[in-house]
Amino acid sequence: MEQYEPERLSPVQLAAMRRSLRSGRASLTRRSLLRASAGGALAVGGLGALTGCGIPAAGRTQGGTSAQDHSATEKTLNFSNWTEYIDLDDSGKHHPTLETFHKRTGISVKYTEDINDNNEFFAKIKPQLAAGQDTGRDLIVLTDWLAARVIRLGWVQKLDPSNLPHAYTNLSPQFRNPDWDPGRAYSYPWQGIPTIVAYNKKALDGIEVKSVSDLLDNPKLKGRVSFLSEMRDTMGMTLLDMGKDPAKFTDDDFDAAIARLQKAVDKGQIRRFTGNDYTSDLTKGDIAACVAWAGDIVQLKNDSPDVDFVIPDSGYMTSTDNLLVPNKARHKTNAERLIDFYYEPQQAAELAAYINYATPVEGVKPYLAKIDQDAANNPLIVPDKAMQARSHSFRALSQKEETAYEEKFAKLTGA
Amino acid sequence: MATVTEAEAPPLAPRPAPKPPKKRGRLVPYWLLLPGLLWLVVFFALPMIYQASTSVQTGSLEEGYKVTWHFATYWDSLAEYWPQFLRSVSYAAAATVLCLLLGYPLAYLIAFRAGRWRNLIMILVIAPFFTSFLIRTLAWKTILADSGPVVHTLNTLGVLDVTDWLGWTAGDRVLATPLAVVCGLTYNFLPFMILPLYTSLERIDGRLHEAAGDLYARPWTTFRKVTFPLSMPGVVSGTLLTFIPAAGDYVNAELLGSTDTRMIGNVIQTQFLRILDYPTAAALSFILMAAILLMVTVYIRRSGTEDLV
Repeated sequence: MEQYEPERLSPVQLAAMRRSLRSGRASLTRRSLLRASAGGALAVGGLGALTGCGIPAAGRTQGGTSAQDHSATEKTLNFSNWTEYIDLDDSGKHHPTLETFHKRTGISVKYTEDINDNNEFFAKIKPQLAAGQDTGRDLIVLTDWLAARVIRLGWVQKLDPSNLPHAYTNLSPQFRNPDWDPGRAYSYPWQGIPTIVAYNKKALDGIEVKSVSDLLDNPKLKGRVSFLSEMRDTMGMTLLDMGKDPAKFTDDDFDAAIARLQKAVDKGQIRRFTGNDYTSDLTKGDIAACVAWAGDIVQLKNDSPDVDFVIPDSGYMTSTDNLLVPNKARHKTNAERLIDFYYEPQQAAELAAYINYATPVEGVKPYLAKIDQDAANNPLIVPDKAMQARSHSFRALSQKEETAYEEKFAKLTGA
Repeated sequence: MATVTEAEAPPLAPRPAPKPPKKRGRLVPYWLLLPGLLWLVVFFALPMIYQASTSVQTGSLEEGYKVTWHFATYWDSLAEYWPQFLRSVSYAAAATVLCLLLGYPLAYLIAFRAGRWRNLIMILVIAPFFTSFLIRTLAWKTILADSGPVVHTLNTLGVLDVTDWLGWTAGDRVLATPLAVVCGLTYNFLPFMILPLYTSLERIDGRLHEAAGDLYARPWTTFRKVTFPLSMPGVVSGTLLTFIPAAGDYVNAELLGSTDTRMIGNVIQTQFLRILDYPTAAALSFILMAAILLMVTVYIRRSGTEDLV
């Protein structure tokens, strides 16, 4: 055995050796040295393994963004969307608009409802996109802020305007120039999502709710008010209520809005911050009034007459869910043809009649009126000029801001 | 095949010891271990290493994450989120105690008194597993609805005044309070308590009870001196199976709770998915794991039982 070559020993072995010289109890035995060596080897190996697995920068994909476009030869399209976000016939099996698209173009759409939550879906597709691989999806639908993030990260492809004549002409002016995708180079809205104030008439029992301030301040509503866990919707509505513009607020404005909400949380005014699950609480009356998504409320109103909504005088937020083509998608042209197809007013009307969100397509009203007169007259589905004027959107955030704001908002919601 | 040749190779020095059994046979247990080991490596060891690495990285989504041995993440996240840790442990402990109080009599009944109803009751215990965890938790929102009969009764009896004073509920409602979260945890993990309790109770030889009776032990003494000590393995594994997942649970706090009931699982979820602070999320997970490991070790030592079930 090597007797005295301290420089060849690991720190752990050296320590064991020094111990052995000092006290009898831990004197150097073959066993303890072996154990120390094994421990040292494990530690070194472990450290190596740990250092080995950093996460590469999520910047521009190496090796180009586009894969070879197989649209001409493969008449298919993999379309990932949110659940219950497309028209469905009475049998519950067919999507009429997709079938029309198939008949017209010969492209068969593999429609998958695998998006439930922006954050979760991002976590799901992140590994492939960060590594510059095909996600197996040609078309995905993401809410504004996440669409902005994947554009910022360079994970989606620029669309070819020549494939999008209808989309270019019929896109509603209010959605034409978001600051995160000017001129819609990468994305087109699937649906608009107005965020409004909703209430249950029976549960309110005569209490008047007209604004976010009413939700935050009326002591009679203590513990019966909910806000959305989507940071931009809740903060946007609060900023509007405080007279700020969500499209150009400052850090101080944001902090002031957080403080205002925090006060309401502290005194027990706000019951919860919710995802879509506020709907059952609202119909039951456990929640008397809340910040809500218009699409949900239009549907709830059909089922329960007590539910209604109000648009605050300070205005309301509209976000959109956007169609995007991820990097390395195999069927980009097919995807663009589908986007363009849904920007024909006739098709947009079919869709709007079924899913009750705000349509981003101009000229839908006459077509929708033929299918469903009420829907055509509902400003939440077909926003008129006056409605559009009161709609606001949340400004794009830098990555630093996004992290800081999400952290502050998470604190507010309890973690 | 190398093993066979090796076994047949002549020994270096003649030894008087009896010939060892064929190597081939001795290796069989290791071959049988292989699938399990592989499973452990792929689904436990590798993710653990990956998470351990993540917890000492710094960076951002855009710049990438690099291992910088930033151990401060651990202290920072502990300093920031200790209330949620404490809350998780106390909610899980409360749910475990409730599960034991509810589960023990039931397991006892099934094991000794149920007779021909035994199978039916067992099925009733397991039946909730046939539906999704989420659906079962959501059902509690209906059960505990503000205007529902349960809350109405509790209000009439004045129970909610007491729990409100204790800080378990808020005003005249149960939903979105600590009590609702603990109720949800108790309900969701009750079968994990009952099943091990039942298996260990069922194994007890009925003649021991008769013997205790013959020795003039009253029923309570019999329970205290015979039944309960013999069921200890079931108690220990039941409490562990309840406490460990309950401490890491976030669904109940998410659906039945409010801002002041968020548990450490919610924090980890938020950090990982929403804020994208992967190092903090990983560090929190490790702290949780270490804390649970420590508590479980102390508990097992204390309860003086090594074999679980």
